[in-house]
Amino acid sequence: MTEIKFKLNGKKQVIKSNPNRRLLDVLREDFDLTGSKEGCGEGECGACSVLLNGQIANSCCIPLANVDGQDIVTIEGFSKTKEYQVIKDSFAEAGGVQCGFCTPGMIIATQSLLNENPHPSDYEIKIGLSGNLCRCTGYNLIIKSVKLAAKDGDDLW
Amino acid sequence: MKDISKSINKVDNEEKISGQAKYVADYKMDGMLYAMTKRSTIAKGEIVKIEYPELPEGYYIIDHKDVQGKNIIKVIFEDWPVFTDKQITYLYEPIMLVIGPDKSVIVDILDKIKITYKENKPIFEWTDSVIDYHFDKGQGNRAFDNVDKVIEHTYQTGYQEQAYIEPQGFIGYPEGEKTTLLGSIQCPYYVKNAVIQALGEKNENVRVIQAHVGGAFGGKEEYPSLIGCQLAVAVKKIKKPIKLIFEREEDMLVTTKRHPSKTNFKAAIKDNKIVGLKAHVSIDAGATIGLSGVVLSRALLAVSGAYTFDHLDVSGNVYRTNTVPNGAFRGFGAPQMFFAVDMFIEHVGKELGYNPLDFRQKLLVKQGDRTSTNGLFRDPVLMPEMIQKAIDESDYKNKIKKYSQEKNFKGIGMSLFFHGCGFTGSGEKNIIKAKVRLKKTKDDKVHILVAAVDMGQGIKTTFRKLIAHMLDLDIEKVVFNNPDTDFVPDSGPTVASRTMMIVGGLLARAAKEMKSRWVENDFTVEKEYEQPDYIEYDELHFVGDAYPAYSWGVNIVEVEVDPVTYQVYIKKSWSVYDVGKAIDEKIVMGQADGGLAQGLAYGYLEVMNHKDGKIMQKNMTDYIIPTAMDMSEMETYLFDNPYAFGPYGAKGVGELPLIGGPAAIAKAIENAIGKTVYKIPVTPEYIMELMNND
Repeated sequence: MTEIKFKLNGKKQVIKSNPNRRLLDVLREDFDLTGSKEGCGEGECGACSVLLNGQIANSCCIPLANVDGQDIVTIEGFSKTKEYQVIKDSFAEAGGVQCGFCTPGMIIATQSLLNENPHPSDYEIKIGLSGNLCRCTGYNLIIKSVKLAAKDGDDLW
Repeated sequence: MKDISKSINKVDNEEKISGQAKYVADYKMDGMLYAMTKRSTIAKGEIVKIEYPELPEGYYIIDHKDVQGKNIIKVIFEDWPVFTDKQITYLYEPIMLVIGPDKSVIVDILDKIKITYKENKPIFEWTDSVIDYHFDKGQGNRAFDNVDKVIEHTYQTGYQEQAYIEPQGFIGYPEGEKTTLLGSIQCPYYVKNAVIQALGEKNENVRVIQAHVGGAFGGKEEYPSLIGCQLAVAVKKIKKPIKLIFEREEDMLVTTKRHPSKTNFKAAIKDNKIVGLKAHVSIDAGATIGLSGVVLSRALLAVSGAYTFDHLDVSGNVYRTNTVPNGAFRGFGAPQMFFAVDMFIEHVGKELGYNPLDFRQKLLVKQGDRTSTNGLFRDPVLMPEMIQKAIDESDYKNKIKKYSQEKNFKGIGMSLFFHGCGFTGSGEKNIIKAKVRLKKTKDDKVHILVAAVDMGQGIKTTFRKLIAHMLDLDIEKVVFNNPDTDFVPDSGPTVASRTMMIVGGLLARAAKEMKSRWVENDFTVEKEYEQPDYIEYDELHFVGDAYPAYSWGVNIVEVEVDPVTYQVYIKKSWSVYDVGKAIDEKIVMGQADGGLAQGLAYGYLEVMNHKDGKIMQKNMTDYIIPTAMDMSEMETYLFDNPYAFGPYGAKGVGELPLIGGPAAIAKAIENAIGKTVYKIPVTPEYIMELMNND
């Protein structure tokens, strides 16, 4: 048991736990934040994506010890922001959602991408989403969703 | 009245995008235990002895001895045990569940269970035929008498893994006498009926509820019945909530996959024309037969592709091997056959010296033609116009000519295909017997009561939209929750591109009646499936109308092949579909893109194989599905062609867009490399083999 301090969705948290636990399990089990999903458990599918200091990270591959002193935002925290509203509306409008299991991760990936590059090219969008697998959409409409978000959220990022 | 095809926002967008939608793994219950599976370590043999460690308090083992009903999963062909009692027929066959509060303790117990086997030699070759079908059309084999020559080729397809992003899983819990399962499933009543049989329980004592489903693609059609039965047996005995969620590796190694296939085609040629076709299809069932007979049927019924031939000799076998059982996957036998037949007709056209496109267009199915089983293509066939649209949008004719001449590793290919909508043969009438209910409550809300599952294909939206449209209501007034067998009738499984056409068709009939009785309060309308009376099908002899309606498609795909690495890059695709009438255009477009992505990837990217019965791709790192980098822009056009018995004319959508992908990309690669392709996936290794075989 180790004491770990980190910021989670804007709030300071101090927990005593095994530092080897996966961040994904801590989020889902200890904080009931089930928006981050387990699709593969090996950092391949991106369904567990969270923002680690503003950048996308696979929470299934992060030991709890590594988040000490860091800033974590999950889809639940991100969904309170203005940026989320724009991304949400664009995914809905462009048809970027099917089964929804990859969707929170895709939203996080979109935020991470637009935060770094507010006006990405198609190719840059593909790179930005390449760590997140979707089996339903063939990505076409997800890419359109991201383009739409970049356009509609012009001044946000 | 506005056009129903005009898109609306999906009703579940908000909860899915915000991460609030609950999938089975997201549920927690007080006192919940976890279950994990002990599996065989051999592919064939029998269990001689099992040594158990002492179980800590609160831990349980559940196996075949706990199955109080029939130890067989109820599916179309019943040969799959809930837990094996002794015989091992494939590697990682489930033997028992270990259950308890702490997963690490369960893993420790699993490690300490020692099983001694007597090993037998497993069969991996396709020698043990368990199903053998044959039918003729016209003169059958006699069409090969006195011909000028026979052209013969054999085509092969590999495994494909559904690779839904959400792995399989259930939570089971007791509710008094009742055993209840909440799971990631396509077919609530398949699971319920299987559990009733395994528990030997009364109908009212089994309840199955659908959680949000994170993708399925056929993978959650019959497989959940297996783990649902195992878990139900455990819940009934232990009387506590238990969660069974697969990890990705387990899911990849043990769940059903698309049947690998081998199809041999012979064309009888006289006066430089095809005067008869002979086809033999072999598919690998794996260790259990399950749905394989129906998969083979769907393949055989598609033997003529999008073309008409008067004389056919068609046969096929299902082979049992000591490998992981294969099962349902979007397309269900049709993708294998449409790859084979569309390649073959193109190859024959070339070998006879024709322009392959002209050759194929002359052979196209026309309204009034006979199907492979002498049924009738009753409805208008729009393929000539659809092909023209695809050619115009893609500049196909100029490109194929240019790429053939330039020989610079660019290529374009076109596939033509259909999909028979609904269950094969008389399945809807004899097996499924769908029932739907619409209930109007005092608050003027209308509740849709059906067992159809939204697994991403958008049926929650399209059903609500359909009923709202028919009753002229606000969509908020129409309620459709995830099915719960305690509240909804059995409208059949969510499979076979049947949901909108068949279940939606019944709902539309119910809505029509409801509208005529709208002044009444608090009432229910129920409708049962009635086969259109012109449909007659003899399942035994393969004669008659195997499907009530057909959806049609054209795919054109453009690729570039790296001349050094032989890596294939998809540049763009153009698709034209006739799905009758889109109930929501955006949703159909999503199905079109996603289906084509799976079809293309099946054709060039997704490699799965086994070695001595062990699947060699055990995770998303080994088994490559497309990322955003692999896919390219997809242009899709829809042609309206309303079908009389579908709601607003809707036919099947879900499977169609997968079916043409493999042939389209294989032909594009052929065009790019100037070689003939006989198998998928067309990997760089296979391309190298073709290039070196000069």
